[in-house]
Amino acid sequence: MAAIDYPLQRPKAEPGEFSFSETLYKWVATVDHKRLGLMYVASALIFLIVAGIMATVMRVQLMFPNGHVVGPDTFNRLFTMHGTSMVFLVGMPMVAGFANYLVPLMIGARDMAFPRLNSFGFWIFLLGGLLLYYSYLGGGGLSGDGSAPDVGWFAYAPLTERGFSRGHSSDYWALGVLVSGFGSIASAINVIATTFCMRCPGMTLKRMPMFVWVMLIDSWLIVVALPPLSAAQVMLLLDRYLGANFFNTQNGGSAVLWQHYFWIFGHPEVYILIFPAFAILSEVIPIFSRKPLFGRPAMVAAVVAIGFISLGVWAHHMFAVGMTSWSNTFFAASSMLVGIPTGIKIFNWTATMYGGRLRFTTALLFCCGFLFQFLLAGLTGIMLAVAPFDWQLHDSYFVVAHFHFTLVGGLVFGLFAGMYYWFPKAIGKMLDETLGKWHFWLFCIGFNLTFIPLHFAGMLGMPRRIYTYAPGRGWELWNFVATIGVFFQIAGILFFIYNVLRSTLRGQPATDDPWDGWTLEWATSSPPPEYNFEKLPVVRSSRPLWDLKHPQDPDWKWE
Amino acid sequence: MFEPALSVLLQTQVPNVHEFRITNIFKPLASPAAAERTAAYLVLAITAVIFVVVAGLICYTIVRFRRRPGDNELQEPPQVYGSNQIEAAWTVIPILIVFVLIGVSARVIAAIQNASPPPQSVKILLVGHQWWWEVRYPDYGLVTANEIHVPVSSDGKHATYLQLTSADVIHSFWVPQLAGKTDLIPNRINYTWIDPRQPGVYVGNCAEYCGTQHANMLLRVIAESSEEFNAWMSAQRKPANNSDTQLSAAQTVFGSLSCVNCHMIRGTSAIGAFGPDLTHLMSRQTLGAGVLVNNTENLRAWVNDPQIPKPGCLMPSMKLTGPELNQVISYLQSLK
Ligand code: HEC
Ligand SMILES: [Cu+2]
Ligand SMILES: [Cu+2]
Repeated sequence: MAAIDYPLQRPKAEPGEFSFSETLYKWVATVDHKRLGLMYVASALIFLIVAGIMATVMRVQLMFPNGHVVGPDTFNRLFTMHGTSMVFLVGMPMVAGFANYLVPLMIGARDMAFPRLNSFGFWIFLLGGLLLYYSYLGGGGLSGDGSAPDVGWFAYAPLTERGFSRGHSSDYWALGVLVSGFGSIASAINVIATTFCMRCPGMTLKRMPMFVWVMLIDSWLIVVALPPLSAAQVMLLLDRYLGANFFNTQNGGSAVLWQHYFWIFGHPEVYILIFPAFAILSEVIPIFSRKPLFGRPAMVAAVVAIGFISLGVWAHHMFAVGMTSWSNTFFAASSMLVGIPTGIKIFNWTATMYGGRLRFTTALLFCCGFLFQFLLAGLTGIMLAVAPFDWQLHDSYFVVAHFHFTLVGGLVFGLFAGMYYWFPKAIGKMLDETLGKWHFWLFCIGFNLTFIPLHFAGMLGMPRRIYTYAPGRGWELWNFVATIGVFFQIAGILFFIYNVLRSTLRGQPATDDPWDGWTLEWATSSPPPEYNFEKLPVVRSSRPLWDLKHPQDPDWKWE
Repeated sequence: MFEPALSVLLQTQVPNVHEFRITNIFKPLASPAAAERTAAYLVLAITAVIFVVVAGLICYTIVRFRRRPGDNELQEPPQVYGSNQIEAAWTVIPILIVFVLIGVSARVIAAIQNASPPPQSVKILLVGHQWWWEVRYPDYGLVTANEIHVPVSSDGKHATYLQLTSADVIHSFWVPQLAGKTDLIPNRINYTWIDPRQPGVYVGNCAEYCGTQHANMLLRVIAESSEEFNAWMSAQRKPANNSDTQLSAAQTVFGSLSCVNCHMIRGTSAIGAFGPDLTHLMSRQTLGAGVLVNNTENLRAWVNDPQIPKPGCLMPSMKLTGPELNQVISYLQSLK
């Protein structure tokens, strides 16, 4: 057998100090996948804070009946901007950021396949985000009607048409989302090309780390699902400026058509957003259980299956539009099918931990939080898939609670796990574990305190997107508790921010391989040099570093 | 200028009527909501079992396999890559559960959607407007607003049919204790039906976000015995009361204001169709689609400036002078 060759030598340090403008130039003009990855994650975190503040204002408004913190227009803008930002300016760049940073490192490549496309993707995404927020200044247009968009994140027609949305708020919404979508598509194409063409010698698709597999499928899903959204945005702009009347019901357009376009993107989108969490868990859980991922082929198959099924379930968002019983049954059935591969994933993660030796780092704690919360989210999802039950739950606070369980309890918990896990690699410093545990427990308690009660508010008939409500309808307690939870979440996030700042400035330096890892990113320095690996690695199994560390019992003997 | 204070809370309970205000979807009072609850219970039971089993498994794993102080740090646990039998088991079991669920929902969907509802007693065309409801009774030639009077169906033997459409954007009909949601979509007619089992007022909300005042677009379904319903209907069908000579001055003032361009008062020159029909305004329990209880103080507050109780609503602040306001209010109060 040929010796396995690893570039474990320390690369040379970067020469000299740089002035501020030089540093700025280096970041702005960079095509390095790691810098772009960090820029994606950093801008996503900034948007996360902004959109989180918006959510806080809304929760404070709803803490008591007849709240007077903000008026209806402000509130409606808040939830529109909150939702749009969280999906398009937090979730999507997090996908791109993690994929960009980690995929080349994990497959032993020097960069992405198209570095300049990568930089284009980032800047156009940022332009989209800035366009959206510029609406606060420019949305009024010449006549001064309007400000930020106030149509909800799925912007149902005909509310977005000229007759009901004056000024330019809806234009900024459509343009901002359209443009940032181009960024997502660009980065997805790049991930696909990179994983297919840039793998290091020996890394067959079978041996590719699970993270890369999931990101690959995620990118396919982006490439398939985003174009319908872009098309719909263009059609909406044509309606508003060229009198196209696709969705303009006042001139014979169809309001339901917009919903089909939107949700044929929108449902796959929720999987696009949750897949990165799947990807992260599939790396973090094995490392801290000290066992390989249980049933790897089934895990890949499950993600592929979820990807395919998710393209055929969109109308479960439309059970109330008056479809025939056949269509309702079809979409109820297809939606429930998603439960099968999702169940497989949860079982296999648990089985990975079963029999292991669990080391409860902050990263693993976040993974465990994910497992419970995502389980609950999946089960409320099944309830929503049963059309007759959904006729009651649809557009109520139950739905709000359900998708926050998937996207916060699932995605955000997964992202935090990933950040605690890879921060040492990216920054070269360890995140403080004690602060991390404060972060985890405060955030976990706060999250559940906020979103568990909202299920009950929904079952008591509280519709979503209302800026105020009357006393005496049984909603007071749930809303009050939910708002209290927000303060716990904020405390958790403050711990996180403090931890990141403190650790970056004077944290304990990280070794190259602080967690005793198995994938290639741990075979280079922390942080990695611009070229990642001095010599391209050669691998023989899906856990190349395990092979290296256990020469008597390497994985390739079993594969 | 005269500024009546708005001291009342918005959307509050109307005194002296029996309101079903806690709109718990698990306490249905009509057949569609009851069928939905049956489906809900079934799904809840299945999912609860799944939750307990799986969460228990995860808990057990976490507690049982946590690293303990005495563990040998260098010794890795046995490396298990998977197991076809176990994986097959936890693929097949969810498949079975999912197929049971699919079967159940298919049956319930068909049962509800293809059921022949009880014979029709009343047909209603409900038209959504930003942010109020236009209620038409085509068989009686009656148009009214915001409060939907229907005969109670204590024995479940007759039902009210609703045709739903919208004049502007999408709204949604949701009275949780009567029936789940059906959207009101412009250029499209949807159907639903209700058979309230108990007399009283069923409260609900517009459930599809429809713009600024979506929160204050409340629904009130008033179920009453067929005698009461018929009495209400024949009173509503009469044109407005114009006979009171003491009010002719007030009526002239009203007729000279632009109210008449937006509101219909049958039997007078007010023939607007943009806002709610006011012919029998005083027979309604609330104002502004449920935002205010209909009493003198609130009516005054509303006409003086609807933008205070319902900011952003499509009735402009009319800037009436004090005397004009007095005249208009006394005229409106004659619309029994
Ligand atoms: C531009 C059209 C317009 C004008 C002019 C107008 N209204 Fe209105 N009015 C509306 C609309 C629209 C509503 C429904 C508002 C809502 O509930 O959101 C309404 C609601 C009302 C209501 C409550 C009806 C109900 O059943 O809840 C009253 C009473 C009323 N208007 C009286 C008046 C009077 C009196 C005037 C003249 C001083 C007037 N309106 C002028 C459009 C108008
Ligand atoms: Cu969906
Ligand atoms: Cu509405």
